[in-house]
Amino acid sequence: MSEAILVARHLVKTYPQRGGLFGLGQQKVKALDDVSIQLNAGETLAVVGESGSGKSTLARCLLQLLPLDSGEVQFQGHDLAKLTGKELRAIRRDLQMVFQDPFASLNPRMRVGEIIAEGLLIHDLGTASEQQRKVVQMVKRVGLSEADLQKYPHEFSGGQRQRIGIARALVLEPKVVVCDEPVSALDVSIQAQILLLLRELQQEMQLSYLFITHDLRVVRHIADQVAVMYKGRVVEQGDVDSLYQSPQQEYTRNLLNAIPGRRPLAGLAAAG
Amino acid sequence: MTALLRMEELTVVPVKSPQRKLVNQVSFVLESGKTTCVVGESGSGKSLTALSVMGLLSEQLQRIHGRVIFQGRDLASLSSEEMRGIRGKQIGMIFQEPMTSLNPVLKVGYQIGESLTEHLGLRGKALRAKVGSLLEQVGIPAERADSYPDELSGGQRQRVMIAMSIACEPAMLIADEPTTALDVTVQAQILKLLDELKTRMNMGMLFITHDFGVVADIADDVVVMFRGEIVESGPVANVLGNPQHPYTQALLDCVPDADGKKPLKPIDYAWLTKGANP
Repeated sequence: MSEAILVARHLVKTYPQRGGLFGLGQQKVKALDDVSIQLNAGETLAVVGESGSGKSTLARCLLQLLPLDSGEVQFQGHDLAKLTGKELRAIRRDLQMVFQDPFASLNPRMRVGEIIAEGLLIHDLGTASEQQRKVVQMVKRVGLSEADLQKYPHEFSGGQRQRIGIARALVLEPKVVVCDEPVSALDVSIQAQILLLLRELQQEMQLSYLFITHDLRVVRHIADQVAVMYKGRVVEQGDVDSLYQSPQQEYTRNLLNAIPGRRPLAGLAAAG
Repeated sequence: MTALLRMEELTVVPVKSPQRKLVNQVSFVLESGKTTCVVGESGSGKSLTALSVMGLLSEQLQRIHGRVIFQGRDLASLSSEEMRGIRGKQIGMIFQEPMTSLNPVLKVGYQIGESLTEHLGLRGKALRAKVGSLLEQVGIPAERADSYPDELSGGQRQRVMIAMSIACEPAMLIADEPTTALDVTVQAQILKLLDELKTRMNMGMLFITHDFGVVADIADDVVVMFRGEIVESGPVANVLGNPQHPYTQALLDCVPDADGKKPLKPIDYAWLTKGANP
């Protein structure tokens, strides 16, 4: 059993929601309702759930991008909520994020080279020439060319932009990468490329991934552990093989049964 | 069996650069009571093919060749007046985004009723009764006719879209990625509903999708498109079970399977363009 790198205990996060006549009433919606998860070093933990299940809120709370109501997040033994602003900024280098929408998450007015280098500048890592070398190395590693550093995000396709987003996150050599639906906006052929790239990089750089997704076919391929979320709660978690083979909860079974093409495709493969 | 829809060598180009064939010599047949899935990646021309059937191509595009024969008539030879009589009445349509396709300031019952008034002249109590029964057919209580779109969930909105599209009992339904924006459990419900309606009303369904899992669930026949051309077509069991074209195989290879046994293999486009030329 590998050791835990990121542990979340009893996370609670509520959002106020306007309701009632003319929106005058106020109710609270529990986006996270006593959520505990554990990410092991070098592994991938997939958090699956449908819209509104709280999975993206979980990602943001883990990285302290949203304040928690209660609960604690421990990264390598540090309680993130107890860190000062300065300490938290320093530790952010180790906790990076890859976003869903490759069109919205890259600043359109910055060149790709500037986008990827920005984290190195902020964290003041190395001399200017070292930074430049790292950026060039990283952009090549994700399958783009050095010449692409001079271009702007709009000059790239969705899959290429996602490569830029990955380079931006990984150039800092983080330990944990939170990927929030990184392939759901992509064509299936591009999706396969990006999933393979993420897996190769995980092995090369000993990364731990927290992978947020609604696609159970993708989960099956990338995850070691799975946590299933429903209405702000983790209803089931476990290692990917046993969860897919013998789901314990009704909700998990429903999710698995709703995967399109599951039985017919499997049948065809067996026949062919 | 006579074909409900027969596409013959449909070719669509941008008006400004007619040498770029966005849809190139596309031919296939759809029969009543059957579902044909057109599957392909972004830019393969699958949505343009659907739009061509309905005569809804943007002004920057034009059909330079081919025919779209629906119930024996070439739709492209019809005036826009005649086409309006067919669209919504004999051909129903459902689009991907249930939120942007519904008018947010009109009650959903009114929106479903519009085409009934337009095409069948229904009004008053008869109209209200028909709208209620349509909502019930798609699994929504009749009193929801008085709701506005933002009061419904994504799945319910898509059900409303389906109720609208089948209101005049069309002979053919065109569905362009109708479940792509939905959660997987809701997607499964909507696919089941469409399949039931298709059988009950003996509609032909032209279903545009990029998801081979969805294809396996609902298609009778499959048309695989790549860069504007059909690379392979045929009954679903043949195309998915024993693909003949390298592109179909390559596309199937990059779909993650639910059992996680199959290794993912991205498409090698350079090899494909060389290998695909006979």
